[in-house]
Amino acid sequence: MLKKVYFILLTVILIASCVETPGEGTSMLTDNFDRKEMLEFWAEEIILPAFSNYQDYLTSLSDQATVFYSDPSLNSLESFRSSWLEAYLAWQEVSMFEIGKAEEIGLRNFTNIYPADPELIFDNINSGNNFNLDLPSNFPAQGFPALDYLLFGSADTDLNIIDVINTPETMEYVVTLIDRLNTLTSEVQSDWELSFKDEFINNSGSSGTASTDKMVNDFLFYYEKFLRAAKVGMPAGVFSGNIETNLVEGKYSGVYSKQLLQRGFSSVQDFFNGVSFDGQATGNSLSQYLTDIHISNNTDFDFSESINVQWDVATESISDLQDNFQNQIIEDNNKMLTVYDELNKAVRILKVDMMQALNIQVDFVDADGD
Amino acid sequence: MKQSIQTYLNTNTKAAPLAVFRVLFGLLMVFSMLRFWHYGWIEKLYILPEFHFHYYGFSWINVPGQWTYLLFAIAGISALFVAMGFQYRISIISFFFSFSFIELMDKTTYLNHYYLVSCLAFMLIWLPAHTHFSVDAYRNPHLNKELIPRWSIDSLKLMISIVYIYAGAAKLNSDWMMEALPLSIWLRDKVDVPLIGTLLDEKWMHYLFSWGGAFYDLFIVFFLLWSRTRIFAFITVLLFHLLTKVLFPIGMFPYIMITATLLFFSESFHIKLLTTISRLCKINYSKFLNGFTYKAGRLFNNLPIYILAAFFVFQFLFPLRCHLYDGNLFWTEEAYRFSWRVMLMEKTGAADFKVVDSKTGRRFYVQNEDFLTAFQQKQMSTQPDFMIEYAHFLGKHFTSQGHENLQIFVESYASLNGRRSQIFFSPDIDLLSIKNDLKPRTYIQPLNAD
Repeated sequence: MLKKVYFILLTVILIASCVETPGEGTSMLTDNFDRKEMLEFWAEEIILPAFSNYQDYLTSLSDQATVFYSDPSLNSLESFRSSWLEAYLAWQEVSMFEIGKAEEIGLRNFTNIYPADPELIFDNINSGNNFNLDLPSNFPAQGFPALDYLLFGSADTDLNIIDVINTPETMEYVVTLIDRLNTLTSEVQSDWELSFKDEFINNSGSSGTASTDKMVNDFLFYYEKFLRAAKVGMPAGVFSGNIETNLVEGKYSGVYSKQLLQRGFSSVQDFFNGVSFDGQATGNSLSQYLTDIHISNNTDFDFSESINVQWDVATESISDLQDNFQNQIIEDNNKMLTVYDELNKAVRILKVDMMQALNIQVDFVDADGD
Repeated sequence: MKQSIQTYLNTNTKAAPLAVFRVLFGLLMVFSMLRFWHYGWIEKLYILPEFHFHYYGFSWINVPGQWTYLLFAIAGISALFVAMGFQYRISIISFFFSFSFIELMDKTTYLNHYYLVSCLAFMLIWLPAHTHFSVDAYRNPHLNKELIPRWSIDSLKLMISIVYIYAGAAKLNSDWMMEALPLSIWLRDKVDVPLIGTLLDEKWMHYLFSWGGAFYDLFIVFFLLWSRTRIFAFITVLLFHLLTKVLFPIGMFPYIMITATLLFFSESFHIKLLTTISRLCKINYSKFLNGFTYKAGRLFNNLPIYILAAFFVFQFLFPLRCHLYDGNLFWTEEAYRFSWRVMLMEKTGAADFKVVDSKTGRRFYVQNEDFLTAFQQKQMSTQPDFMIEYAHFLGKHFTSQGHENLQIFVESYASLNGRRSQIFFSPDIDLLSIKNDLKPRTYIQPLNAD
């Protein structure tokens, strides 16, 4: 007993004597990373520009709808469709930011729940304006997937599609859907500009409800559920054992599913690495944060490197896929499964290693510990 | 030897410290139950989840749906009666059972301090905590005693000592002492804490906290026992637990420990305390100062002594059962619970379950959020017994959906105290082929040290 006391006293004294010479400074610091600066960069250089870009494309989608309905033709349908694609791609760059107003109203649910439900869509169209798009049951009757169906899948040929969507009721519905995307998005955008931006940046602490912790959780949630699972895993049958071509994103247009995945994935990587929306600048980021912690704590691994290395492998495997995921799945689903696996390997590093290094709780649970 | 034991058992002491403890413990528990209710945790942690993780040997205890509210009400009211010393034995028995039942419903919510509450409540069943400053004693002159056997208070002190010293001993591992882990991970981003925040990202602070914490746990009891250091020790207790309260979300734990350490104070301190409280509440405290000594009835004469002696044998040995297992205790978590291992590690994990039809080879992965709450997923992803129980649940679920020849595998990765994540559970073992038992878990991949 006495020996133990002596041993402990001795070592406490040793530690205490270390305390007396903190001169060397910085090497003793372990987390001098400025979270606030990162939040500022996220808000000003990534999130807000991404939303305003998306909003711009939605506006031009509205314009193209007007153009199409004033002069329905194969040509105007073509511009309408490409405008739809541009907006859909721009959506991929904001989808992960389901925080603040976007989270409150559930922006993603009203924008991109697929597969669309054609029967429901026509029920709504024929209901004489008697439908409520706020209802969860109407998620699959709106947003980009519904437009995907109407613009690409509502008939067998383009001329017939024009016939289908060029009725007064359908026209009204199409315009309603596009207006709705516009309204919801501007609601989110103006909330960011008016108040949420400051709130977001100033909530720079490290508790479970701080902005960094919430954003990282939202980011991870998007990556796991909406990128890895919804775009790749579900259609490839990872969770059911059967391929499900019906679940492909952009099912009716067909050829854009790969592009949509790639755009979503590159946004994820840019956010992680702190690349500004215009691609011109870099700033404080999760990747920087991880490297910082690695260096200042002298840990064995820089997880930001492991994540980027894994993502490069995943990018490579995605480039092996056909543009049309339905065809890919039917012809060679193994390639799709490989993509899932590669995306999934990064989940482990993100969810386990990154979260522990940054001391962020996955799905912050408001309960006691001991 | 026998003589001195007998003499000790016959020694008496003032009942005031035990009465103070009973009142504070009861009130804390009332508050604790109300707090739980108020935060909506009864709903969130017990009623909403469709599946619950059971303790080994207690799989027969299930969440009784909406009746869970009644359980909390019973525990809360019992605790209030305990505090008042009203129908004491029935109340404390009822509290012990209702509280323990609640804790046994789902091990997701396991906390050492809940276990401590159960232990203390169990002990209080056998202690004469109601013979002084209680409604029972006030109304029943035969029960009203100023003195009780000394062992009744000493046994509670012993319990508290066990908690502290075992918790301290558990900290004497290389991660805690040599690497200041996991405190280093937890403290470095707490720069927003008032006063000391700017220091919390300094490495030396993490060592100071680690070593200080271990030293505190190991020796605080001795400083409390010695009257000359007691007041400083108690100030340390206050600072230590309030600091942990500020830094970590540990609920009621600090208050329970602060209350318990009051037991170490002298009789005169407690009598003064009760006198003051009585004056404020207009209670005639002198009525309790009758000089009588508590003498247990025939049934209760030696029974509590035997029971508590057995209880302490259990308390001494049970935390040591980890030595029956090989492998890194923090990694395998065999014999981790019920051993006063408090805030010792940071462990995160991710677990994907693969359901395979062994005949056709058809396979799919489970989306855990379909069955588990975020909290359950979190606990499950780092603890093997959770994974096995969950896999068996999945097995039943998918069998009932018509799937056949089921095998369930888990692809799991975990990270302990900042080490790189590594494979946790053997990925090629069918979880349906193993049972949740106490045998060594050979299917856990060994922890690579660094």
